[in-house]
Amino acid sequence: MKADPIALLTSLGHAVTSRLDRLGLATRFAIAVFSVLGVVFVRFGLIIRELYFSGVRSLSIVIVSGLFVGMVLAVQGYEVLQRYGSTEALGVIVALSLVRELGPVVTALLFAGRASSAVTAEIGLMRATDQLAAMDMMAVDPLARVIAPRFLAAIFSLPLLAALFSAAGIVGAWIIGVKLIGIDDGAFWSQMQASVDVRIDIVNGVLKSVVFGVAVGLISVFEGYFAVPTAEGVSTATTRTVVTSSLAVLLLDLVLTVMMFRGLN
Amino acid sequence: MNRSKFDLAVGAFVALGILALLFLAMKVGNLAGFDTGTAYVIEARFDNIGGLKVRAPVKSAGVVVGRVESINLDGETYEAVARLRISSAFRFSKDTIATILTSGLLGEQYIGLESGGVPEYLTQGDRVMKTQSAMVLEKLISQFLFNKAAETPGQTK
Amino acid sequence: MSERQDIIRIENVRFAYGERPILDELSLTIRRGEIIAIMGASGGGKTTLLGLIGGRLIPSAGKVFVEEQNVPSLSKSALYALRRRIGMLFQFGALFTDLSVFENVAFPYREQTDLSEDMIRTLVLMKLEAVGLRGAAQLMPSELSGGMARRVALARAITLDPSIMLYDEPFTGLDPISVGIIGRLIKRLNAALGMTSVIVTHDLNETLRLADRVVVLSAGKVYCDLSPDEIRASTDPFIRQFADGLPDGPVPFHYPANDYVGDLLAS
Repeated sequence: MKADPIALLTSLGHAVTSRLDRLGLATRFAIAVFSVLGVVFVRFGLIIRELYFSGVRSLSIVIVSGLFVGMVLAVQGYEVLQRYGSTEALGVIVALSLVRELGPVVTALLFAGRASSAVTAEIGLMRATDQLAAMDMMAVDPLARVIAPRFLAAIFSLPLLAALFSAAGIVGAWIIGVKLIGIDDGAFWSQMQASVDVRIDIVNGVLKSVVFGVAVGLISVFEGYFAVPTAEGVSTATTRTVVTSSLAVLLLDLVLTVMMFRGLN
Repeated sequence: MNRSKFDLAVGAFVALGILALLFLAMKVGNLAGFDTGTAYVIEARFDNIGGLKVRAPVKSAGVVVGRVESINLDGETYEAVARLRISSAFRFSKDTIATILTSGLLGEQYIGLESGGVPEYLTQGDRVMKTQSAMVLEKLISQFLFNKAAETPGQTK
Repeated sequence: MSERQDIIRIENVRFAYGERPILDELSLTIRRGEIIAIMGASGGGKTTLLGLIGGRLIPSAGKVFVEEQNVPSLSKSALYALRRRIGMLFQFGALFTDLSVFENVAFPYREQTDLSEDMIRTLVLMKLEAVGLRGAAQLMPSELSGGMARRVALARAITLDPSIMLYDEPFTGLDPISVGIIGRLIKRLNAALGMTSVIVTHDLNETLRLADRVVVLSAGKVYCDLSPDEIRASTDPFIRQFADGLPDGPVPFHYPANDYVGDLLAS
């Protein structure tokens, strides 16, 4: 069958406009969510439950992953550093990789898979079973009562989880490097301390995870809130949350890294 | 699960997260150092700073006493002006010598301070009068070759 | 009588989902204290009508007055103030699945009032007693049968003693006993709390036992507005098709299609 150029152009146009429509919807939704955030701060108790489900429940996966990633970094880093006879720099390499990049990024990816997908499914199901509509009819704004606390919980959880990931990773690297390989303990820590800057490296890393928290949190509540109210719609929305969040995190990481670390030195 | 159990778990989570942040700041980073304490800023001028960078350490007898806060070029004298942030815990005499040194053969560059014998001390805004510029490898080599040439004029002919 | 007789007044309302018109110049008046049943074919705009009354949907033309306020033009805060006086029972109850029965019924009190915990406990147990489920207070919604869930949702809908109750298909998916229980509850609550009830339903038998007035929608308009007795006696083919559950009649069995034989031979 010959391709019809008019039909091709039409489908391309449709693809573009439908995506722009969704982006516009997401923007309006984001503005609406931000406008009710104040209400949530007044009733902080609402966030506690969400912090439990998003944060506490993600603890084990984040700490275990961090430990393993740190150990792998130590093994790989040692191999390379050995060639240049500077194995004491292992602590520096591991700490900088974790604090600047891997901590915020991998934690955000894990969080998208572990917590955000659950948030999307929960909100999608609440929508499919009219729970959000019922709340609205009881004169309780679902945006303030359901959406905003889950969004804020992501923003609060991610920096803490990322810090735990990095800390666990550094401990993992210490176990491999110092305890098993036998790098000097003092050199491991002192070189690290001399090269890791609190403002440039640690604060920027935390800032990154806050931005990731905003992105991942917003995507998860958006996909849930606008999920097609069927079993298939909710599962599609959940998948989309994970895919979109992951892409958003990696793209934002590139932008933030260029903004934060370019031109340093 | 009731309310107070949520509170307990979330409280533990937040405490753990803050502990991790503190661990990163104190044990991994250098916040535990003097950055938090009071400090004074002195100025040192060099003909050439080589590869010295902002935030490079300032050491005296090998001990870190401060950091390079900023590096600028004086538009009139064409000297490099480095501002050094020194912890208030350390005092240096007015005739201190500031030298740009390199840790190891190819390591990072830092400023070494050698205190003199004058009983007056440098304070906020003072300038270090005696400085010694960075060793630039190319200059060093050409100087070496030049000296060699001057020592043994007969052999080069 | 100081209060107006008409509690809900719908004037020349139009509504469409995209290109598909649902309501077309529909007008309807509902009087204070009555139980009115809205019937009609599926997709005929019955649930849409409830959405318009509750302000969840905005008509493309026309006015919806509830207690003399034009709902589509209300601000969010005014709309929420009005909704505190409207209770709604959703099709499958729409209970909050993460809260217990007790907490579901307590939800409006916790959100809308500053009552003490003791006071809330007393009120919640009273509401649950009214629907006969005080003993199920500590169960989770997943542990309830369909009929029980509907009754809990009813208790939740009446927590703030609304003046208007909206019921969206309250009998769907229930066994005959539960249908009878819900029907009696609707009637009893309407009388006891002095409410006005709007019921969207397919269940003609229960409706005729319950309602003061039956409104049948067709083609986006009010087809007829009769008392239960008039419905029983009616000879109108459309109403008879509804009342007797005939598969074919003025509401066709077949979705509009090409000629059957022609379609089969086409390929």
